[in-house]
Amino acid sequence: MKIGRRGFFKIAAVTVGAAGASAATAAAAAHGAAEDGPGVLVDTTLCVGCRACEAACAEANHLAPPPEDANVFDEKRDTHEQAFTVVNRTEKAPGVERFAKKQCMHCLAPACASACPVKAMTKSPEGPVVYNPNRCMGCRYCMIACPFDVPKYEYGSNAPRVRKCNFCAERQAKGLKPACTEVCPSGALTFGKRSELLEVAKTRIYTNPDRYLHHVYGEREAGGTSWLYITDVDLEQLAFRTDVPERPIPDLASGALSVPPFVMTLWPPLLMGIYAFSNRREEIKDAESAQGKEDHHG
Amino acid sequence: MANATAVAQHSFVREKILLGMSWKEYLRSLLTPTNAVATFILIIGVPLLVYRFAAGLGATTNLSQSAPWGLWIGFDMMTGIVLAAGGFTIGSAVQLFGLKDYHGIERPAILTAFLGYVMAVIGLLADLGRPWNIIMALFNFGTASVLFEVAWCVMCYTTVLLLEFTVPLFEWLGWKRIHSVMKKALIALTVLSVIFSTMHQSALGSLFLLAPTKLHPLWYTPYIFVFFFVSAIIAGLNMVIFESALSHRIFQSRADHHVDVDKLTIGLGKAAAVVMFAYFFLKLQSLVDGHSWGYLATGYGAWWLVEVVGFVLLPSLVFAYGARNRKVKLIRAASVVGVLGVVLNRLNISVIAFNWNRVDRYVPSWMEIWVSITLVTIGVLAYRWIVNRMPILRGDPAFPAEH
Ligand code: SF4
Ligand code: SF4
Ligand code: SF4
Repeated sequence: MKIGRRGFFKIAAVTVGAAGASAATAAAAAHGAAEDGPGVLVDTTLCVGCRACEAACAEANHLAPPPEDANVFDEKRDTHEQAFTVVNRTEKAPGVERFAKKQCMHCLAPACASACPVKAMTKSPEGPVVYNPNRCMGCRYCMIACPFDVPKYEYGSNAPRVRKCNFCAERQAKGLKPACTEVCPSGALTFGKRSELLEVAKTRIYTNPDRYLHHVYGEREAGGTSWLYITDVDLEQLAFRTDVPERPIPDLASGALSVPPFVMTLWPPLLMGIYAFSNRREEIKDAESAQGKEDHHG
Repeated sequence: MANATAVAQHSFVREKILLGMSWKEYLRSLLTPTNAVATFILIIGVPLLVYRFAAGLGATTNLSQSAPWGLWIGFDMMTGIVLAAGGFTIGSAVQLFGLKDYHGIERPAILTAFLGYVMAVIGLLADLGRPWNIIMALFNFGTASVLFEVAWCVMCYTTVLLLEFTVPLFEWLGWKRIHSVMKKALIALTVLSVIFSTMHQSALGSLFLLAPTKLHPLWYTPYIFVFFFVSAIIAGLNMVIFESALSHRIFQSRADHHVDVDKLTIGLGKAAAVVMFAYFFLKLQSLVDGHSWGYLATGYGAWWLVEVVGFVLLPSLVFAYGARNRKVKLIRAASVVGVLGVVLNRLNISVIAFNWNRVDRYVPSWMEIWVSITLVTIGVLAYRWIVNRMPILRGDPAFPAEH
């Protein structure tokens, strides 16, 4: 969103912007470190829609097994509290089907983690964005913040948790691949270092310029994500959000977050000054023993 | 000796709690139509709250994966807090800016603010999925989160309001020494209340900065926190006008007849006219800056115009006209519209225009609505109970005048 700044906004922007700048640089530095974390490249042109990833994910995370029914593709499905990943289908041309699995994108600068007031949602140093129910107070602000609509909530439970793909962090810690990438039979999912996957993705696009759309979904979306997609159809048709801004989402709040320190340092002296001033005025008035106060409000 | 204490205690209950009546007389005095309605609301509402905690959010609310925030955040929390803005608005006018004429309406405004926050906190506890973990905010500093800032400010500000409220409370109890201490602390408390209010009234708006693709472009602006702050002042002024009229009518026998409410109302009306007019232009400015003209022709555009023209521009003009021609009744009518306008704004942002481009719409369940009404009722009952007993609408004669 482009913003012209004039009039009143100029004042607000200058005061807030100056303080916000430092926070923004700090955030940018944090993304840099994660660039080389683990990632997955999803080549949707290779996906055959077998949904082995769904089954493997359910098993690895002790979730309800995914539906066997062949009709699952008839409508677009979303991930939910018992399915951290779902595969959707679209038609590229009559009779030519395309599939793509959806799960948490593991943003380099995750909106969900920056939204969480109690650090229940965090980006681990290794890369995955993980959730700790023992800290979560269930405010669901992470759901409001995620631009990919990923976190899902256990509304049916009385001790509800936020549920989403955790990039198989425990498996990764043991040196294993994420369950879904391990079972993929068609080579649609490649697990590796994000920076290297990005090169693979671009090489595939450059060497087959007619085969792919020239866009790596996840390279810049929301400041970059660990999961990357290359496709030959618009991802919107596969139930992905394509309106995600390129700016890291946490940056959007950094200006506002710099207000409190500013208020805390400036307000007390300012307000006490006003108080002293109005008190003095009162004293002078008393001294002059003015009759009836003048109307000085409004 | 023991007997004397017993008598003293007896008369304390009788004078301070039972309004000078015997138990029998007092209970009989409670049999009014208003109380019947309130009882009806509570008899269903309180069990509903219990049911919410026993059965969970899914059983009581219509919240969904695409509508994580509903009425309890949009109304109880967002609106409860903004309507409490009268506390700091008038508090700072009286204590800091030296507008001593407004002293007569300072205490009711602070009391409303205090009760408003308590209700907001109860609403929040009902909405949190894991409310027992709310203490985690004390140990895990999610300082990158605006919600963390809101949580801390609400905690601190509720405490400040409680401390401010102890001034009339101690007068009521007749605790002179500690009362004079608290009264001296009032200036410092007011400074604190302005600091916390400035921060979290605006922070409530900043919460939505993270959702640029979800909040409708007519409402999303990078300066949403400025809008929230200015509209909180609007809510404060309108609430004080509305509330002072109401409480001085209903509690006439308890009010201080030296306070010229009409004159104050005109002054507040003037202030409201100016602030609301400025706010109206800010709203227009955001339209220009966000390049969201195109949306004006849509249904959401019409709704936006209802909010901005019908509930901001219109009342501001009525305030200006009423203040100039000393039409107090008109000003009071406009204040009702102004209050509703801020409520509408908060609901628009948190519920109605949120996730506007999705097909599935959230409509609150009857239980959510009932719980919200219950919380408002509890607030009003508590307000009435306190005003009937404590020196809120006038100072206690046993205590020296304020100034
Ligand atoms: S996709 Fe959503 S849930 Fe996953 S890391 Fe990014 S913001 Fe968080
Ligand atoms: S719901 Fe839990 S994880 Fe999500 S933001 Fe709130 S406290 Fe954090
Ligand atoms: S990385 Fe693990 S949790 Fe995430 S979709 Fe794959 S299998 Fe499921």
